[in-house]
Amino acid sequence: MDQLLQHALNALILGGTYALLGIGLTLIFGIMRVVNFTHGELYSFGAYMMFFCVMAIDVNFFVALALAVLAGIALGAILEIALLRRLKGTDIDTTMLVMIGAWIALQNLEQFTWSGVAKSIDTPFPSSPLVLGPVSVSWNRLFVFAVAAALIAGSYALITLTKLGKAMRATFQDRETALLMGVDIDFIHTATFALGSGLAAAAGALLGPVFVVYPTMGDLASLKAFAVVILGGLGSIPGATVGGFILAFMEELGAAYVSSGFRDGMGFLLIIAILLVRPTGLFAQKERIG
Amino acid sequence: MKRALTALWLLFLASIPLWLTDLYALHVLIMTGIFIIAAMSLNLLLGYTGQLSLGHVAFFGIGAYASSLVSLGFEVHLLPNWLVSLEPKPVWFAMLCGVVLAGLSGWVIGRISFKVRGAYFVIVTVSFAEVVRLIALNWVELTQGPMALNNIPALRLAIPGVVELAFLRKPANYWLTLIVAVLCYVLIRRLVHSRAGRAMVALRENEALATSVGIDVTHYLVLATVVSAAMAGAAGVLYAHYVRIVDPDVFLFIYTVTMVIMVISGGKGTQAGPIVGGLIFGLLPDLLRAAAIKPEIQWVIYGVLMILIVHFLPEGIVPAARRWWQGRVPTAVIP
Repeated sequence: MDQLLQHALNALILGGTYALLGIGLTLIFGIMRVVNFTHGELYSFGAYMMFFCVMAIDVNFFVALALAVLAGIALGAILEIALLRRLKGTDIDTTMLVMIGAWIALQNLEQFTWSGVAKSIDTPFPSSPLVLGPVSVSWNRLFVFAVAAALIAGSYALITLTKLGKAMRATFQDRETALLMGVDIDFIHTATFALGSGLAAAAGALLGPVFVVYPTMGDLASLKAFAVVILGGLGSIPGATVGGFILAFMEELGAAYVSSGFRDGMGFLLIIAILLVRPTGLFAQKERIG
Repeated sequence: MKRALTALWLLFLASIPLWLTDLYALHVLIMTGIFIIAAMSLNLLLGYTGQLSLGHVAFFGIGAYASSLVSLGFEVHLLPNWLVSLEPKPVWFAMLCGVVLAGLSGWVIGRISFKVRGAYFVIVTVSFAEVVRLIALNWVELTQGPMALNNIPALRLAIPGVVELAFLRKPANYWLTLIVAVLCYVLIRRLVHSRAGRAMVALRENEALATSVGIDVTHYLVLATVVSAAMAGAAGVLYAHYVRIVDPDVFLFIYTVTMVIMVISGGKGTQAGPIVGGLIFGLLPDLLRAAAIKPEIQWVIYGVLMILIVHFLPEGIVPAARRWWQGRVPTAVIP
């Protein structure tokens, strides 16, 4: 029982970052109709920015986190303006191929710059864990969860409460009508991609210090984000949030009670199963986001 | 005239090992040929039915693993007290098993994944390849996991007392690859010019319309997937018995991407497209290596090329070249 509790706690903390990844991806797909294969690259970019700031130029850990997220937002905006803007209106396969090209180029640039050796990042947190009765959790992971939860709440507020969020939802519902109402679609697309990218970079910057940083770390993150998004239904933020936690629980329990080798396989089995039973996802809301 | 030209091309290709003495160059050609077969199989799905399968490497790997395992023999516990063992079988039989098993897995994937289309279909195929890779990595008793399957026998064909052929050396493997590639080419040609091929193109162009005139969409999609998977499996089989070592890295997503780049750059939906694209992207790595360019940068160049091709040659090289040629010779008689 204690063991189960510990697994549940681990899953809860892991789920926060999965949800973060999923929300970014689901926003980009929902609003822009782009299957974003660079999502995992933004994740590893965030982690490498964290590494660069903390370990190479000795910036404070918390400042570095903010810088990494901002760098992710900037890179996302650049990618959207440089690659996607002129492809607007083409079919989904075309943009997918462009994003795959960008992903390969970015990942190998990373490998070229930082070499393939895994890097670790020092944290300011005490190394002894916080013990709560039968379970324990490291301070670093607790911090990760808190920040992830804050970012999820922040994105939700942005989508539901602000004018920008309203414009995003309008674009999601009907692009042409939104355009007629005076919504600047180009700007909405750039903002959406930058926001999604920033969330992915935040997930990378948060998890980089927990695990290690290496160039291909984004590949699994990408695929897991796809799993989360499909689970929740494309375009649904609550769906992505719940999906993130479900995936984390499946992985944690699968690794504990089935086989640790198939931990990362859980997500894919989940995708296949979900698409067979309920292809629109658990929380399909075809016509709206938020 | 056209027939003579084709024969001349084939003669030229078949003669290469006779005058090309550089064995490394021949090796590069064999590997390129194997990838061209895989790219042709992907083109059948992507180019003719319009379905982007990003899990194609799974069929390649299944073919490679199945053929290796049957030719090496294996012992595996399916349940703790249920031991299944297989004696080593002749290589030609193993190769056949590899192709058939890859085709069968294509049937299963086709049946389950053609319930969805577009982005969902892509993600299902990616997931499938990743699950297969994890199985190859973790089912150590069967696949040796990361230790890889070693000493895979090369193909030997023998009629006792008459002739014995061993495909141990590079020229023999080159001809074997060439024969399989030509067979696949002819098969795809026959298929896409048949009723089934026209049905595939119809549903690529407009699925709703194709359904309305009575085309059983799922049936033809599954047919295309089975043929395509079996061909990718054949490429994997050739790979396994030529390189003679197979590890879980054959399932890496990057190989699927290589196949996709070959098809897209050459021109999807054309027969020559995957061959042209396959030659370019099969030989390019070695040209770049000769120019002392690091592999990371080589992949960066791949990625950038892919973006540029999609931007500037969205149909691919072969259709663009064909149009340019027709524009140059306006008096050409349309056959």
